[in-house]
Amino acid sequence: MMQDLTKLTIKQAHEGLKNGDFTSVDLTKAYLKNIKEKDKEINAFLHVDENFALAQAEEADKKIATGNFGLLCGIPCAIKDAIMVEGQKCTAGSKMLENYVAPYNATAVKKLFDVGAVILGKTNTDEFTMGSSTENSAFGVTKNPHDITRVAGGSSGGSAAAVAANMACYTLGTDTGGSIRQPASFCGVAGLCPTYGAVSRYGLIAHASSLDQIGPFAKNAEDTRIIFEAIAGKDTMDATSVEYNIQENLESLKGLKIGVPKEYFSKGIDPEVEKIIRNVIKKAEDAGAEIIDISLPSSEFALACYYVIDPSEISANLARFDGIRYGLSEPAENLLDVYLKSRGKGLGAEVKRRIMLGTYCLSSGYYDAYYKKAQEVRELIRQDFAKAFEKVDLLFCPVSPFPAFKIGEKADDPMSMYLADIYTIPMKLAGLPGISVPVACLPVGREKLPVGLQIIGNHFQENKILSIATEIEKIV
Amino acid sequence: MISKEEVEHIAKLARLELTQTEITKMQKDMSAILDYFDLLKKAPRAKTEIKKGDLSATRTDKINSSYGMRDKLIGQAPDKKDDYIKVKTIL
Repeated sequence: MMQDLTKLTIKQAHEGLKNGDFTSVDLTKAYLKNIKEKDKEINAFLHVDENFALAQAEEADKKIATGNFGLLCGIPCAIKDAIMVEGQKCTAGSKMLENYVAPYNATAVKKLFDVGAVILGKTNTDEFTMGSSTENSAFGVTKNPHDITRVAGGSSGGSAAAVAANMACYTLGTDTGGSIRQPASFCGVAGLCPTYGAVSRYGLIAHASSLDQIGPFAKNAEDTRIIFEAIAGKDTMDATSVEYNIQENLESLKGLKIGVPKEYFSKGIDPEVEKIIRNVIKKAEDAGAEIIDISLPSSEFALACYYVIDPSEISANLARFDGIRYGLSEPAENLLDVYLKSRGKGLGAEVKRRIMLGTYCLSSGYYDAYYKKAQEVRELIRQDFAKAFEKVDLLFCPVSPFPAFKIGEKADDPMSMYLADIYTIPMKLAGLPGISVPVACLPVGREKLPVGLQIIGNHFQENKILSIATEIEKIV
Repeated sequence: MISKEEVEHIAKLARLELTQTEITKMQKDMSAILDYFDLLKKAPRAKTEIKKGDLSATRTDKINSSYGMRDKLIGQAPDKKDDYIKVKTIL
């Protein structure tokens, strides 16, 4: 019997292509078949373009035949639908952009094409990447492949579920407040949120520009490194991006100083999740790491700080959807009504809520109390992390207080949905990198739900994070 | 609780048309979230100056040909005439 090609990691698939065991077209067809069979139920994809994918696979096979090809050449992937792939629809999960066709490639996508990637399709997201469950997508929720009554997490839920259900070898997602790490944890895959500035956001539909970052999902940490290396670096089209070459020296747990922030184990965490994370920390200690209890005292303000800054930036960024230049346009008598009606009809409840909150926080009389205060608190949070990294190499903590929740459970209560990101938000405010790696499965009813460990590093310490994540994968 | 009038005022500033049902729900949701923001008042003042971003990271002022892209961009406009995007009368 032929092996299941969709279970291979990037490295394994690359070896197979190199040895001529199968072609990129074989790989691509295997993934397309999985999508056809499984995605009706999961809803990880918003669009799949078979001809587009197969044409890329044929090109990749030509390159592979020359013997001169990189690790990602011919490997099928999928891209979150907030990131543009030229000629393909790019909806960002919104009715506003239901028929929008991307006029150019995002830099991260262009970099993947340059190394011969095969793009299968675009994955589901909460509308404009705002949410923690993909329930805010205008095109239906993505279900968790481990239990289809539960959410896949969000906002990059489609990207996480696609990898978990073997419908893509790897995917790109975006993380503004936890949108890569939280769905990675819920779906049991590896998901890396790089340092702010490590990956160009050109061609990403903006959510909150001081926070947005593109990053990879894959079956393991080693694979996320391969993708990260391919997409990182300076881009003249994103002024925040920097020149970046990841270090190659692998770090080990022996002698590593791991900080455990006490604020991440406070009330609200599922005791079973806490037990799993504590157990991994113990195993790291047994493997030679030094465990240091630390405190990040400003953590308690992080969620409030984020929900002032994030909507404020949203209210400015989403002003571009005016019904004039592109996207949904409602017929109206005058210009103001075109704006009001197009935005009223095209935008969903959560997006409207955040635009309203942001407009409120930035409006005359409230600016100092909210936006200015939040910027000050953001500085405190930055200083907390800076102090912590004087003492430790990495931080270990949970990704989410709980495993994947039921579809509908939090959909009507925005505050309880926001709390799902309580452990992923603080480090984003400091622009730090972090990964979620699956460390255990928690039996809940008849299903087993994955739980991820979050490893946070100092700026541009992706090498340390990824080496240690790989070590952790070996010992759990 | 944030008033209905306040919600309507903010919606107008944000160029959003909201239905009556949306306004009622928005009052409730925004109030709960704004109450949560009160937590920020408890935060100590930052001791150091907030670091400003690097404002020198600008591109050189060089024209790049975007000729191929022009038609695609104009093509996305809901209402157009030849190479122009049509808007409603402003005055």
